Amino acid sequence: MLNKLWGLMIVAGICVSAFNGSIDKIGTAAIDSSKDAVSLCITMLGVMSLWTGLMNIAKQAGIINALTRFMTPFLSYLFPGIPKGHIANEYIATNIISNMLGLSWAATPAGLKAMEYMKELNGKSNIASTDMCTFLIVNISSLQLIPVNIIAFRSSYGSASPTDIIGMGLFATTISTLVGILFSVIARKRSS
Amino acid sequence: MNIIYYLSDGIIPFTFIIIVGYALLNKVDVFDAFIDGALSGFQTVIKILPTLIGLMAAVGILRTSGCLDYISSFISPVTDLFEFPSELVPLVIIKMFSSSAASSLLVDIYKQSGPDSSVGILASVLMSCSETIFYTMSVYFMTAGVTKTRYTLAGSVACMIAGIIASVFIVGIS
Repeated sequence: MLNKLWGLMIVAGICVSAFNGSIDKIGTAAIDSSKDAVSLCITMLGVMSLWTGLMNIAKQAGIINALTRFMTPFLSYLFPGIPKGHIANEYIATNIISNMLGLSWAATPAGLKAMEYMKELNGKSNIASTDMCTFLIVNISSLQLIPVNIIAFRSSYGSASPTDIIGMGLFATTISTLVGILFSVIARKRSS
Repeated sequence: MNIIYYLSDGIIPFTFIIIVGYALLNKVDVFDAFIDGALSGFQTVIKILPTLIGLMAAVGILRTSGCLDYISSFISPVTDLFEFPSELVPLVIIKMFSSSAASSLLVDIYKQSGPDSSVGILASVLMSCSETIFYTMSVYFMTAGVTKTRYTLAGSVACMIAGIIASVFIVGIS
């Protein structure tokens, strides 16, 4: 995906600049931007490490496991095709909780495991089950409590108050997830 | 909309006190745990640095060439109807494919308008409420060997549109 996108960005940018006479500035832009990427990463190193450090404390204290266990019973409403107590529920809960806490590297492996179990429950069909559709829609709508990387970017570019957007982001992400849940439930009822 | 700002100011200290307090009660070696976790975050950032360099250079080229401005002005008659800033359209589109490319565009918007400008704030809120639709769908469905994805795309796009409307609304009244 990124291979074509990146190539297209470079080729389109240089072609357009050749037409409108800004090609003399392209070299400087490319070099400056790559320097910017490094200084951005230096800010991100601080903010992300602080966050993952805190989350590791939460993990070792058993908070993340407790949240996952708390969430599991609610899943049967969203995923009626997965039997209660099935291990897929645990992976789905881990995926959702990790996404909420901004731990995407922990979210993806758990999510992929959940997909594998749902595939077995679906008789290894190549047509997505309603549970798979629901899982992906909820996953893509991503309920994130604290957008750590956005805060890091804002702080790197001199925001007076980088965390000001948390509340507004929380509102927007809640709405989009609610719409996702609603959509999934309605689509499931209509297709069965 | 004071409550939104109280929430913003309070949620990080709240998370810290809950986690560290609870861990202390459970006799976790909090600082050792912190150091271990921080190292893994450090490595994650180092791993994405090459991606970010490549993408930010590409966005820098696109910005300087005027490409992004052409796209914005081409689409602005439509976005003006919805009072949506046209310069955020490339961000919303790219976000469906790649979150690191979207991050590069986000940073470009911060550079052009500032992170605390109304466009900068809307861009921040937009970025914190949606995932990369096509990337996530391809990775997850590939793992499950699924080729017929039924209504997943429609549902994801519905979420994205709801997220955009909610972002414009909340930034507008805050």
